[in-house]
Amino acid sequence: MKTKKTFSKIGTTFLWSILTIITLFPIYWMVLVSTRTPVELFGKPDLSPTFFQKVHWKNFTKPFLDGIYADYLFNSIIVATSNAALVTILALMATYALSRFKLPGSESIFFWTMTNRMAPPAAFLLPLFLLFSTVFKFGDFTLFDTKIGLILLYCVFNLPFAIWLLKGIIDGIPKELDEAMIVDGANLFTIFRKLIIPLAAPGIAVTSLLSFLFAWNEYLLASTLTSVYARTIPTGLSEFVTTTGTNWGTMAAVALVSMLPALLFLFAVQKHIVAGLTFGAVKG
Amino acid sequence: MLSKNKTGWLLLSPTILILVLAGLVPFIYVLYVGFFQWNPLAVDPSLQFEGFASNYRRLIFDEVFLESIWRSIKFSVVTLTIELSLGFILALSLLSSFPLKSFFRSVHTLPLVIAPIVVGSIFKLFTVQGLGPLPHILKDYFGYTLNYGLNADQAFWMIVIMDVWHWTPFVTLTLLAGLSALPQDPYESAKIDGANNFQIFTYITIPMMVPVLIVVIFIRLMDSLKIVDEVWMLTGGGPGYATRFTGIHIWKEVFEKRYYGLGSAMSILYLYITIVICWVLYSVMVARGKNED
Repeated sequence: MKTKKTFSKIGTTFLWSILTIITLFPIYWMVLVSTRTPVELFGKPDLSPTFFQKVHWKNFTKPFLDGIYADYLFNSIIVATSNAALVTILALMATYALSRFKLPGSESIFFWTMTNRMAPPAAFLLPLFLLFSTVFKFGDFTLFDTKIGLILLYCVFNLPFAIWLLKGIIDGIPKELDEAMIVDGANLFTIFRKLIIPLAAPGIAVTSLLSFLFAWNEYLLASTLTSVYARTIPTGLSEFVTTTGTNWGTMAAVALVSMLPALLFLFAVQKHIVAGLTFGAVKG
Repeated sequence: MLSKNKTGWLLLSPTILILVLAGLVPFIYVLYVGFFQWNPLAVDPSLQFEGFASNYRRLIFDEVFLESIWRSIKFSVVTLTIELSLGFILALSLLSSFPLKSFFRSVHTLPLVIAPIVVGSIFKLFTVQGLGPLPHILKDYFGYTLNYGLNADQAFWMIVIMDVWHWTPFVTLTLLAGLSALPQDPYESAKIDGANNFQIFTYITIPMMVPVLIVVIFIRLMDSLKIVDEVWMLTGGGPGYATRFTGIHIWKEVFEKRYYGLGSAMSILYLYITIVICWVLYSVMVARGKNED
């Protein structure tokens, strides 16, 4: 019985080792490509970790210091950060309203917000493009190719899931606490500042990190609704597809840099990622 | 009491405003445009009415569009089957303890946070002819030529492999969360009654996991039906129509050919199919929830 257990342990470890290699091998290759010159990439792929001896830094400096990708990176940071902040604030307000007030039709509102997240973005590309470029016009100002446009648009996709994530947490804060504070003469702002935000802090952190991640990673809408000034890193990455004689090293470097925030967040949100991705339907 | 409700609506209003302006208005707009012929590059760049639902009548016989829908559904079913079976096995294996378990699990979580477009780039670098190691390895050790730029079947299955690489971790982690939350009593009584592992799995684990399984299927189906980014990066929808999923097809019709009217009708049909699938699954979910109460 004991040997059988040892065998299954060895088998499982072996299986997971292979899986880990499958997961990491393509990423490892990308890192290799990002550190090599075009000449070094020519011919048979060399899988040895040459980045310990020599790194071709030009792959990173050329796009991010001399090239347009510095702007793309800046845009991505602005859009993702503002979106995360806006989504978190709006979702906190909305969730508090849905949780504390018995509003007529709030169940339907709840479901309707969710349908916005499930809709395929490709179906909304054309109307959004037209609305952004011609319909929502304030003098000379249109939302097309602006960061504000993207920030507001990503709210449509992030708000539903943020509300779903926060609902469980705010429902869990006893109503009696609010009522006690109201009796003491506190206004809504004080209730948020002193009660809701401190008690829901971990949930708020997860919500904002996952919203940031979505906005950072989004490609399709960003590529359709921007042209020059508000392009984000993912759209920049896709530009490598059409370029003839692609500089693979630069492409790998850009891909690697655009992956970094996600990697940093992985450690912060790992425990909550399941709850986040399943709208809280399954607790992680 | 009325003023209290007012505060509630006030707190909700920015959310509702944004969702109406960027969610509902585009929907109504696309519904409206779908009834007209509209090509801004044509001689007459205005909306033309050519009979009731002319675009929809055209789409019913549009083989490329129908094939793209069929392709998307086929792709979703194939990836879902692979990811579910693989994810279930991996989740079950994570219930036992073995060396380096938390390290393996962290690495497994990694693909989840990577942007689809970056996943596409990673796979492009890994598999493209003349650069990637994968075609070389397959050629040298197995005598198999991988060139998905020319071979339609290879292109489709390459996308499937990429999707499995990207999303199996999600299935694993969600099922693991579900498995860890299962009550232990049924297992103990089954063991006392002398059930074997297979019986325990089919008669206890699977039935108790149905709610979680539905959530996973629901979310994965929605996501794989709207796949665009990775495919765009890896194959651009080609070769030919081999990987032209509905999302990519709509993008090409609208932004390359400028068929605004027809593209809108496609969007509505695509949305409709997604909603129907969604609604069926949602009803199943709700019906089950009611049965349990």
